[in-house]
Amino acid sequence: MSGRAFLFGDNIDTDVMAPGYLMKLPPEQLARHCLEAVDPDFAATVRPGDFVVGGLSFGIGSSREQAAVSLKLLGVRAVIARSFARIFWRNAINLGLPCIALDDTGAVAAGDRLDLDLASGRLTNLSQKHVHVFTPLPGHLTAMIEDGGLMPHLKRRLGKTA
Amino acid sequence: MVRGATLVEKIIARAAGRDRVTPGEIVTVAVDFAFAHDSSGPRRWAPMLKDLGVGLWDSDRVAIVSDHYVPAVDADSAAILKLTRQFAAEHGVRNFFDMVGICHLVLPEHGLIRPGAVIAGGDSHTPMAGAFGAYAAGYGATDMAAIVATGRTWVSVPETIRVDWSGRFAQGVAAKDVMLFLCRVLGMDNAFKAVEYGGETVRAIGMAERMVLCNMAAELGCETGVVAPDTVTFDYLRRAGAPVEDEAGARAIASDPDAVYGAVHAFRAGDLEPQIAAPHSPADSAPVSEHIGARIDQAYIGACVGAKIEDLRMAARVLKGRRVSAGTRLLIAPASSRTTTEASGDGTLQTLMEAGATLLPSGCGACAGMGAGLLAEDETCISSTNRNFRGRMGAKSSRVYLGSPYSVAAAAVAGCIADPREMLAEDAA
Repeated sequence: MSGRAFLFGDNIDTDVMAPGYLMKLPPEQLARHCLEAVDPDFAATVRPGDFVVGGLSFGIGSSREQAAVSLKLLGVRAVIARSFARIFWRNAINLGLPCIALDDTGAVAAGDRLDLDLASGRLTNLSQKHVHVFTPLPGHLTAMIEDGGLMPHLKRRLGKTA
Repeated sequence: MVRGATLVEKIIARAAGRDRVTPGEIVTVAVDFAFAHDSSGPRRWAPMLKDLGVGLWDSDRVAIVSDHYVPAVDADSAAILKLTRQFAAEHGVRNFFDMVGICHLVLPEHGLIRPGAVIAGGDSHTPMAGAFGAYAAGYGATDMAAIVATGRTWVSVPETIRVDWSGRFAQGVAAKDVMLFLCRVLGMDNAFKAVEYGGETVRAIGMAERMVLCNMAAELGCETGVVAPDTVTFDYLRRAGAPVEDEAGARAIASDPDAVYGAVHAFRAGDLEPQIAAPHSPADSAPVSEHIGARIDQAYIGACVGAKIEDLRMAARVLKGRRVSAGTRLLIAPASSRTTTEASGDGTLQTLMEAGATLLPSGCGACAGMGAGLLAEDETCISSTNRNFRGRMGAKSSRVYLGSPYSVAAAAVAGCIADPREMLAEDAA
């Protein structure tokens, strides 16, 4: 299943993904404001399966998990960026939202159709007929994403599988 | 030959039950102390703990600090604070601090930040605790829920960047200027790295200024910032009523002389000018001279990084005998209740109020875009806080400059960005 690329620049911070003054809102409502300061149409036009493509230090800033929660609720398949801020990266993976670091995100154009194969470490740009290869995540993180995130993973480990 | 270890590597190795660890390897560590605030903590943890069917792994090793939605401004924030209180009571959390200041300052004030500890905090400025020689990193709510449920987490061992400072700061220059300078020089793309500060300048400054260096490790994108514990650290903890028993043991966690760093930088404190970060990034900083005259609607002294008693005293040195400019407002949100008490005891508060400042409650306030002091569309603020992302302090088109408490106070007096050194020099003349 492929999705479209939505392009963003360097240093996309947590506050533009989950604005502080709206943090009391329920997650679904907060998500409608995700990234609106840099792309007012993003939340209304992104569809489940689409990709967010950024530059350096994607997710820099606060520890607020709502930044990753908002992307997840909007159905974003994965975030592709040149580099990630550590807390955002952990938060996203904990929620089962893959974050893939690629050096050449600049080659992706807005609207390109992308297809992700997490296990083999391949991101295919169907529009440009190009395959980006990346190092798959360490085993324990892949296992966590496969379980649906940290909480389902922990639930299994604690022997309380639902 | 076996190489030496950095401070951060030593702490992680100890907590992982290992002799040594290497940057890049992933290990599981036992957490010594975990904390979160009203925004990231109980309201997010409660449903997850319930779902897991467990409580806190050790209620004496978990602290909760209500500092974001304080005091409540509407029914929603009041409900969050109520839930937080109930959670603390139900789970027997003795270290619960309700509306007495910002977690990163309140915890050290109570002697809860210990050299050599692994500290997990539900807030990105958790590295501030690294000023005490702890390995302190920030985590999101799901990570924190797992940590308070199990007392463990995984760590990708960070490589350490060493930053040494020599000499003394000029008058009107402070640790905040160091960090705005470093955000420009080192950039903000340092994820999965630690920054360690050393050199004679760092040894000579107090805990408050060391906390600034470590707090803004977050703006560098670093996992944590650390300063090796020394007499200054031990004196602070003794005054906090929680002396370090084994000082020699605490000193031994300092990086070995032959430790391997990812990079080593050396700077001269005497060369540093006051720094101002332009909207909308801490890394977009420059010497104050490049921004002189930029109009300011609001000057804000607040946040964990910029409203400790030492910060209020810096502002008071500039404001003594001066008035806030007409058309500009100066808001001050002391970082803790204790800060306000100290400021009222030593005359600092009187100086600030006589200059025309407005005193706000202690808490994260406008810095987190939650409390009093938010900005309208197209307004410009200069702030002693740590971040100036677009829209963080209010309306989307508002603009925030960052500076030291000296620079914020000078701008409040001038109504525009000004060089605090000139005002301090006038006073000295």
